[in-house]
Amino acid sequence: MYKALGDAIRDAEAQKIPLSQLALETEARDQGRSVDSIRAALQRALDVMRSAVAQGMTGDLYSASGLVGGDAAKLRTGPDGPLAGTPFRDILARALAVQEVNAAMGVIVAAPTAGGAGVLPAVLTGLAAARNIDDEALVSALAVAGLIGAVIAERASLSGAEGGCQAETGAAAAMAAGAATEMLGGSPSQVGHATALAMQGTLGLVCDPLGGLVELPCVFRNATGSAIALTGIELAMAGVEFKIPVDEVIDVMGEIGRNMDVRYRETAGGGLAATPTGRRLAKERLVQIKTK
Amino acid sequence: MVSLLDIIGPVMVGPSSSHTAGACRLGLLARCLVGGTPQRARLELHGSFARTGEGHGTDKALAGGLMGFRPDDERLREALDIAEREGLDYKFEKTTLAEDSHPNTVRLTLERGDRQATMTGSSLGAGRVLVTEIDGYPVEVTGNYHTIVLVAEDVKGSVARIATILSEHSINIATLRLTRKERGGDAFMVIEIDDLPGDEVREEIRGLPWVRWAFRLDKVSA
Repeated sequence: MYKALGDAIRDAEAQKIPLSQLALETEARDQGRSVDSIRAALQRALDVMRSAVAQGMTGDLYSASGLVGGDAAKLRTGPDGPLAGTPFRDILARALAVQEVNAAMGVIVAAPTAGGAGVLPAVLTGLAAARNIDDEALVSALAVAGLIGAVIAERASLSGAEGGCQAETGAAAAMAAGAATEMLGGSPSQVGHATALAMQGTLGLVCDPLGGLVELPCVFRNATGSAIALTGIELAMAGVEFKIPVDEVIDVMGEIGRNMDVRYRETAGGGLAATPTGRRLAKERLVQIKTK
Repeated sequence: MVSLLDIIGPVMVGPSSSHTAGACRLGLLARCLVGGTPQRARLELHGSFARTGEGHGTDKALAGGLMGFRPDDERLREALDIAEREGLDYKFEKTTLAEDSHPNTVRLTLERGDRQATMTGSSLGAGRVLVTEIDGYPVEVTGNYHTIVLVAEDVKGSVARIATILSEHSINIATLRLTRKERGGDAFMVIEIDDLPGDEVREEIRGLPWVRWAFRLDKVSA
């Protein structure tokens, strides 16, 4: 796979093909399998994403600790806010829904990780529903997301323990922004700007879950991550360009992660996890494995 | 090389790729050592596995893996109840293993019929796992391939003989590592293979007079 998104954008534009096609053909060559079989695997991922959204949107799901759950339902049936009836509110609900399924031990696609698994399904299926976009285009969008994620994995990190939440929900937002931009008709260079615009908004974000569990704030970080992805998409589709090249933004995410204190890398030693209430809730709710 | 499908995946039961999907894969690998679902299992949890394990379903994922459930199997949620119904007598303990152990590490002691085995393995993140010990021997097994591990007397031609057996069964070797502690001491072989071997291959390898023991660990990655 490509190690620089800039190289992929250059090659796609030179060949006058979408980034998704370039990503699929590169993956086919790398892995010695057909484009059709890769598309079939991505279709299966899409199906699982969609069923996670559906499950989380229709049921009240709670985590083992009870720390998170039931909030996707509030966005569906609760009082209107200023964004009622818009795709934006629907996408926030979908992001919470997938993470509530995850916290309740439901089936999700770790894309790029379980902790950041709500953003891609929320943004892609939410926009596809709003704009009547078919599965073929959604599968192509997932290929773009995979390309962006692979570049981030290569140049920076996709692990909260290594790079903080910027490497999980931040990476997910960048992947979703780029993927949706192609899905909505953006050019390869617009995909790059959308990715950079989303990622710049999550730089420095720490990983600070209560008790070290993928629950709080992870569920909500997927909603805010989706909002940041939508910002990147809207700006890039309007022709806004981010002056720092996307690969340099990814590099700096990795650099910030490497310099981040270990307290802010999934250890529950700092951030929200270490607030007085965070510590109290973790102590009250963190159930231990029964030893007998 | 990073694959696009590693990024968009795996499909898994939540909530944590390392504490849930990885734990399940370690259970799946361990069950291979006793040839199926064990009757008794002692699971010693180290570090973060012990600390945040229940909140992440680590106990359910390990028990589910021991029963052959894969990381995307929704039965993982009820795995402890299923284990009690199916007669898997499990016991979790918290322990502190060696200081340099990975934070997500488990040591399993299993019994099935007259077979017994121990295994230590770690969950490295994103669902990737590493088995570091089997029956007291240090190993490195990732579960990315079907794997044969064996301990043999350090005799000349042992590698060639094993390679011949695999070749006779049309099994392609992906990687082979041979280690020994000293000249003439036990030789340890970890062979990653592309094709799933039948039980007869293991029996043939076990039947060699200089092989002390041999196991087959089935691939657990997607």
